[in-house]
Amino acid sequence: MTARIGVVTFPGSLDDRDTQRAIRLAGAEPVALWHKDKDLHQVDAVVLPGGFSYGDYLRAGAISRFSPVMETVIEQAKAGLPVLGICNGFQVLTEAHLLPGGMLGNDHLHFICRDQKLRVENATTSWTSDYSEGQEIHIPLKNMDGRYVADQYTLDKLEAEGRVAFRYVDFNPNGSLNDIAGITNEAGNVVGLMPHPEHAVEPLIGSGRTDGLPFFTSILKKLVNA
Amino acid sequence: MSRTPLDTVEHAAATPDVELPWAELGLKKDEYERVVEILGRRPTGAELAMYSVMWSEHCSYKSSKVHLRQFGEKAPQSDALLVGIGENAGVVDVGQGYAVTFKVESHNHPSYVEPYQGAATGVGGIVRDIIAMGARPVAVVDPLRFGAADHPDTKRVLPGVVAGIGGYGNCLGLPNIGGEVVFDACYQGNPLVNAGAIGVMRHEDIHLAKASGAGNKVILYGARTGGDGIGGASILASETFDDAKPSKRPAVQVGDPFQEKLLIECTLEAFKEKLVVGIQDLGAAGLSCATSELASNGSGGMRVTLDDVPLRDSTLSPEEILMSESQERMCAVVEPEKVDRFLEICDKWDVIATVIGEVTDGDRLEIYWHGGKIVDVDPRTVAHDGPVYERPYARPSWQDELQADDAGKLARPASSAELRDQVLKLVASPNQASKKWITSQYDHFVQGNTVLAQPEDSGMIRIDEESGLGVAIATDGNGRYAKLDPYAGAQLALSEAYRNVATTGAKPLAVSDCLNFGSPEDPAVMWQFAEAIRGLADACQQLGTPVTGGNVSLYNQTGEAAIHPTPVVAVLGVIDDVARRTPVAFQEEGQLLYLLGDTREEFGGSAWSQVVHDHLGGLPPKVDLERERLLGEILISASRDGMIDSAHDLSDGGLIQAVVESALLGGKGARLVVPDGLDAFTFLFSESAGRAVVAVPRSEEVRFNDMCGARGLPVTRIGVVDGESVELQGEFELSLEELRTAHEETIPALLK
Repeated sequence: MTARIGVVTFPGSLDDRDTQRAIRLAGAEPVALWHKDKDLHQVDAVVLPGGFSYGDYLRAGAISRFSPVMETVIEQAKAGLPVLGICNGFQVLTEAHLLPGGMLGNDHLHFICRDQKLRVENATTSWTSDYSEGQEIHIPLKNMDGRYVADQYTLDKLEAEGRVAFRYVDFNPNGSLNDIAGITNEAGNVVGLMPHPEHAVEPLIGSGRTDGLPFFTSILKKLVNA
Repeated sequence: MSRTPLDTVEHAAATPDVELPWAELGLKKDEYERVVEILGRRPTGAELAMYSVMWSEHCSYKSSKVHLRQFGEKAPQSDALLVGIGENAGVVDVGQGYAVTFKVESHNHPSYVEPYQGAATGVGGIVRDIIAMGARPVAVVDPLRFGAADHPDTKRVLPGVVAGIGGYGNCLGLPNIGGEVVFDACYQGNPLVNAGAIGVMRHEDIHLAKASGAGNKVILYGARTGGDGIGGASILASETFDDAKPSKRPAVQVGDPFQEKLLIECTLEAFKEKLVVGIQDLGAAGLSCATSELASNGSGGMRVTLDDVPLRDSTLSPEEILMSESQERMCAVVEPEKVDRFLEICDKWDVIATVIGEVTDGDRLEIYWHGGKIVDVDPRTVAHDGPVYERPYARPSWQDELQADDAGKLARPASSAELRDQVLKLVASPNQASKKWITSQYDHFVQGNTVLAQPEDSGMIRIDEESGLGVAIATDGNGRYAKLDPYAGAQLALSEAYRNVATTGAKPLAVSDCLNFGSPEDPAVMWQFAEAIRGLADACQQLGTPVTGGNVSLYNQTGEAAIHPTPVVAVLGVIDDVARRTPVAFQEEGQLLYLLGDTREEFGGSAWSQVVHDHLGGLPPKVDLERERLLGEILISASRDGMIDSAHDLSDGGLIQAVVESALLGGKGARLVVPDGLDAFTFLFSESAGRAVVAVPRSEEVRFNDMCGARGLPVTRIGVVDGESVELQGEFELSLEELRTAHEETIPALLK
């Protein structure tokens, strides 16, 4: 038995097919989910992929957050469904209040695309258990609005509870507070990050590393062993 | 234009003496008279609008047509060509049932007026050309040229253009994998913003722009039609900039990449269900172009009701609707029983789609507005029978003097210290410096198939995950060479792009070009243009790489000052397994460095002559196409048989530029020795064509040398990959750190 992992396509999603590929390479079964369809088709986990859903108009993720599919995602995430938000998906998760804080435009005001060094700060979530705490990895990053911000209370709480999942190392590419690249909810089933693990799953393609694959093997092991 | 009463065909016939603003719309007197002769009456306002945009230089190629014919006449026999010149883009067979379509176009003039939107809509336009062939777009490339790097206006134009290309392409989810950035004072006021795209499809999915089958419906879908870009092709792209005229800002279109992303997905879904008989994108000349081209390429006529076109601005006149260049629109011809399903798919993607007409069994294009017939033309006369000019051309009087001003006479470095300084100066010069500041604003990871992206010699995309089949693309052009000798300059552009593709291990298959020149009304410019085309067509014939399509951009001049003639050539190649691609970066210490090809004292138009002496004169490097072919074969064989671990083509900046780039990318230095028979200066800076530098693992040394020897390619051992510096033995040493600082800090410092 393998796990069925859904990937939502919003209008303007770009990395949906890439995420499906990464899920397949990890050994799970990718299931395409359509934003207008509330039915999650019995998937065991959901990924909200990167892209420019609704063109990032109004504010990144602000419109997608109201897509019909999100009603079910929000409801089930609160009940423990594993959900990963990558880049635009992370923005959708914060807009949906499944994760705290939000994203502003990069401090240098440019789109940035680079192979980014990260440190895994929390290796206990549904999506990070195949990493070890403190492990340094390289994951491609590409965004316009990647500057993570939150009020001081929230930041302190995230830090105190060990909910910063990933931190930028050597270079903060967008001005994110506390060098935060990704965070998790209290339960550890909902994780969001700006870098793109689905673009680091094959040695030949993109960054030429496979540092992103453990995201997908983590969830697969969790679901299969459950 | 007055519209009371409506200027119908009937009204036009009854009022032959009404004066129409043909001159304001860019038509010449004799061209207008020809329209009257074709119609047998004066045109209606709407007809005049259509003829004026379709007969503009940009759409009709009226000045270039007589020369462009050579690409067809001299086309080499190629089994790979599935669709040739004349369609939205050429299509090439790359094997395993896959076809690849690619094309390069210019968006020069709009990008000067409004850099962000001009560049953004350039990407949008070329991508729609690719979709219109039935293909999924898989990558974009952007050859760019700007004025002097330190000119204040470059600081306005460049960041806007780069942000526009990124803003649009990134939002479409297309990896940007190649292109060039060149600075030269000759592009001040006339930046060149060329945009290329590649698409992939199965052979059976190729679609063409034609409207066949009486009763089939014509569906306009995508964005609503607005007042933006009216007359863009005729006014902007077909005239020289002149300070005295009012701002042309309103003629530049505004792009919406989100809408285009929806258009891509919805079009591909309609193709997949085989719902589309013919398709055309709406680019330059908007509906005028789409309707007249679809109708004239099909078997019948077409009737269109303009009232049904969804508008952004309800006050638009029918002439404006016909001329509007609003972006993100496409026109499909669909069989009646499939219309509902087509509209359903559009609705799924929230794309507005409207039936605006149908294919008729006549041979006329008829357009109605408020019940009156405002257009009744033979569509061929609009789309294909535009004026053709035999513009006078003559070798400019200054050409001899320019060529006599030999760069070989320039003062060369007199000491090792001076040689070292000049190397540092070269790699830090704006043209040779790292373009990371620019390329890091483009997404090159999206779609998860990017094998190589800039600064590699060619961009490479995997197209089949199972077999590893991939395609490579390189774009090159050197306006300095072309200025010295346009015939050779065009051939050198092809040579370099061809070489770049082969260097990564792919086999060059086909060519697209973007020909950027000054005003065709200047005989000297026209001579440059004619020579460049003759050179390119001859070279394509010899190398066996047919031109599949492309674009001509004329009038790139301000006042009397034309840009350097700048033919930009894109070469597409195929690689049967991307796993064997050859990167630029040095991989392993201890590997042997070999220089392939002959090095001569060739400095005319070189980067060294520009950077050190601000000089342009003499002759460009000698063209040797047979050598390029042999070098290409060796590089491909070596990649296939695992004999080389890295390779870099030698072009502007010569050997030292290539070695420094490979060293910095790999984080590994090199120890070089000057080979026998060469002096250090020529060794480092010569720009002789037909050369590459490769790194060979020691275990492959004998085999590699034997192969080159057997095939007759000169091969010279020049050093070894080693250490933390680039050292020329007995002359100088430069640490990687010092080189990196010089190479990478120039562009950010200029644009900060």
